Amino acid sequence: MTVSILLFLPVIAALVVLFFKNETAKHVALFFSVVEFALAIAFLCKFVPDATMQFATNVPWIPKLGIYFATGIDGTSIIMVLLSTLMVPLIILTTYQHQYKNANAFYALILFMQAGMLTVFTALDGFLFYVGWEAALIPIYFICSMWGGENRVRITIKFFIYTFAGSLFMLAALIYLYLQNPNKTFDLFEFCALNLSADKQQWVFLAFFIAFAIKMPIFPFHTWQPDTYTTAPSAGTMMLSGIMLKMGIYGYIRWCIPISPLGFQHWNSIVVILAIIGIVYASIIAFKQKNGKRLVAFSSIAHVGLIAAGITVFSIQGLQGAMIQMLSHGINVVGMFFIWDIISRRMNTLEINQLGGIAKVAPKFAIAFLIITLGTVALPLTNGFVGEFLLLNGIYQGNAWLGAIAGLTIILGAVYMLRMYKGVMQGETNELTVNFTDIHGSETVVLVIICALIIGIGVYPQAILHLSENSVGNLGHAVITKIFPSAGY
Amino acid sequence: MNTLIVISILPIILLYLGLYKVKNALLPVTIIGLIAALVLAVMQWNTVATPIYSGMMLFDNTSIAFSSVAIVSTILILLLSKDYFDRISDHVAEYYSIILFSLAGIIVMLSYNNLTMLFIGIEIMSVSLYILAGIKKSDFASNEAALKYFLMGAFSTGFLLFGVTLIYGASGSFDLGKIRDYVLTTPSIDPMFYTGIALMIVGLCFKVGAAPFHFWTPDVYEGAPTLITAFMSTVVKTAGFAAFLRLFAACFVTLSSFWVPILLAIAFITLFIGNITALYQQSFKRMLAYSSISHAGYLLFAIIAVGASSANSILVYALAYSVASIIAFGALILIQQQSGNDNFDSFNGLGKNNPFLALTLTVAMLSLAGIPLTAGFIGKFFMFRGALAQYQVWLVVVAIINAIISIFYYFRVIIAMYFREADGAEVVVPASYKFVLAVCALITVIVGVYPIFISNLI
Repeated sequence: MTVSILLFLPVIAALVVLFFKNETAKHVALFFSVVEFALAIAFLCKFVPDATMQFATNVPWIPKLGIYFATGIDGTSIIMVLLSTLMVPLIILTTYQHQYKNANAFYALILFMQAGMLTVFTALDGFLFYVGWEAALIPIYFICSMWGGENRVRITIKFFIYTFAGSLFMLAALIYLYLQNPNKTFDLFEFCALNLSADKQQWVFLAFFIAFAIKMPIFPFHTWQPDTYTTAPSAGTMMLSGIMLKMGIYGYIRWCIPISPLGFQHWNSIVVILAIIGIVYASIIAFKQKNGKRLVAFSSIAHVGLIAAGITVFSIQGLQGAMIQMLSHGINVVGMFFIWDIISRRMNTLEINQLGGIAKVAPKFAIAFLIITLGTVALPLTNGFVGEFLLLNGIYQGNAWLGAIAGLTIILGAVYMLRMYKGVMQGETNELTVNFTDIHGSETVVLVIICALIIGIGVYPQAILHLSENSVGNLGHAVITKIFPSAGY
Repeated sequence: MNTLIVISILPIILLYLGLYKVKNALLPVTIIGLIAALVLAVMQWNTVATPIYSGMMLFDNTSIAFSSVAIVSTILILLLSKDYFDRISDHVAEYYSIILFSLAGIIVMLSYNNLTMLFIGIEIMSVSLYILAGIKKSDFASNEAALKYFLMGAFSTGFLLFGVTLIYGASGSFDLGKIRDYVLTTPSIDPMFYTGIALMIVGLCFKVGAAPFHFWTPDVYEGAPTLITAFMSTVVKTAGFAAFLRLFAACFVTLSSFWVPILLAIAFITLFIGNITALYQQSFKRMLAYSSISHAGYLLFAIIAVGASSANSILVYALAYSVASIIAFGALILIQQQSGNDNFDSFNGLGKNNPFLALTLTVAMLSLAGIPLTAGFIGKFFMFRGALAQYQVWLVVVAIINAIISIFYYFRVIIAMYFREADGAEVVVPASYKFVLAVCALITVIVGVYPIFISNLI
């Protein structure tokens, strides 16, 4: 078994879906994404949770330039592979009650995007990584501009140019590393073994970091995000927030830090401070939002800021927290955007103050909404808790003050999330919400799966944590040894 | 060298065909002749190349590869000419002949081994183009284009010739090999020689449309008939850069500390002028003219980073740029016929009216913008690699900024096609156009995904 199967199946699926018309395209896309998930589970069963690269593929692609189609899965990638293969069928299922025009193109783009993201999560070759990075961007550009809401063209081009700009700097850094590499290849591990001088690593780090910071996004590179999330069609928002932003975090852990550990050390404090400013800033703005989708968008910036801070402080525990939190955040944010998708489809509004009392008329919906809210605010026994606890603990051990400020994310998060829940679900029904019909059919399926995941991971996080334990440990030690050669790790 | 002979005899045959009014045979005969020339060129691949015709020409692998690209591009462009020239005038045979004469000049430019041949090649090509730019005799813009092109072209040839004479004066030879020997063996090189190099840079930059010698480009590209513009901005530009590189790679490598700063400045200005001006265009055709200027800036990277892989970089970039431009101009011809103008608005709703045309044009625009999985990205990748290998980090940063700017205007077409409402009627795409557009889009994607076919040719 090699990873290539996992990468090419969605591409083939995308081409097949193009030949079907509206309703059928939906089913075909769902079928293929479920097959893809089943494949990922098969990989998971065969996966040995040690630090080695498994299911590796290594075929010459452009051998003269040292470019190989090199992919593999280790403990850090497997979690991302699971996340993306699990989320895509769910996201397709959330669109079951939508009628998109040109549905075949819509689903083909989603599947193609999945292929791009899986390439990013499994690539071991810099060139391939970059190609996957951009291959995921083009489909989402078209998804957002074709099926999005108001002002979509202007907002989406801003998003596209922002991320494209970042990635070009990454491309320059990759080519630079390639030229420094005596073997003249784009191999990730050879890049990590280059041992460039500290001032060169600072520039390399910066070039990579801009690309990843824009994708995540970290304050002050976040300005594209709220508009894009609000304007994009719900499935597009879920793809963006649920999976795509993890490309930035994953790239940061997998590429940026190990390749330029000394650069990482140099910029470390600035990145932590930016991430923490982002947490507080986004939380405060989320608190003031009246539009539900925008509120979730800002809360996403806060959560990602916490992940980034946890990684940057750099402890094995923090990294482990980041891994599990990436998965949890993906699940929670998709659930949250789906909740708002359901509300906006029924009520034609995203304004919190126009809603209220929905819990009375739609009890099943209320339970699902509550579980997702609690997962997002990181209540113990939900999936959000494990990750945030590990991250905060990591930050606290690095610097108690920063830990304290970052801890605000939990408090502020609880404040704006619960306020949102109260505003939407509790109180008296008004003439608008009295007609709210409870969830049914595909909506129930999606929400039940999401709630089960939230509670399941919250109760038994070890199922996920043990997957990445060895890989993360290895990576962490390698970096720490390079930063402090005398520390004796 | 039989390629050159075939391409030179072919137009004469065509003129006779025109004389006997066998109009329908013109295009097939041209295409068959060009394919024969292509086969003859490819047959010489990897044979030991020696200078021929008393050392005037050298048909080596580089020349063969560039000649093949030039011939294939010409075939694709001529396939678009079905019915196109008929609408301009009755004398169709002459147009085909002149295009082929121009191609003959281009083949000379691609395989010269002596500066006189470079000059002769450029002149054969240019004089043909002056005529072609003005074939719409009653059209004011076409006349303006022809006159402007002629004046500017003559002017730049003057510079070029002056440079050639100075180099001859210093080194005592027109032969590339002897000039190289002069550069390598002479301890103190005559200042006259440096002046010669500078003047040749000016002359060649005029020809390839690099700023600040680009002023003729937008007006000529806009005024000339679209099909001729397609020829000028693809085949002619490729030939210009190949000739440029041939001279500098053969003779002036060791003097790079003198001319690299000059070309760096030119590349900087070219990128910014091309891209920023392209942003403000309302006409698609004029946008393409300015974008061709900015691509000239990227192509200059390969000459700045002159080395073993430069020829290959230019080949890949030029091929990617040529096929994408052929799609763009082909689509433009159809849109012009349907809506009567070439503004961005004319593309509104094309995604709905004609999905095939819109899809191929999208591929072309993504390729021109340098998005991965298209040939344009591979081209940019080569250029960035070349520049970084020479530690020209700032050049790459400038290139990145410009690549970002270019997204705005390339995506304007995509936005118009897919996200704006249609106001025009359906666009009919003739079969020959379908073929050419599909072939170009396929080349773009195949080179983008699996560039091995072309990436280690030369």
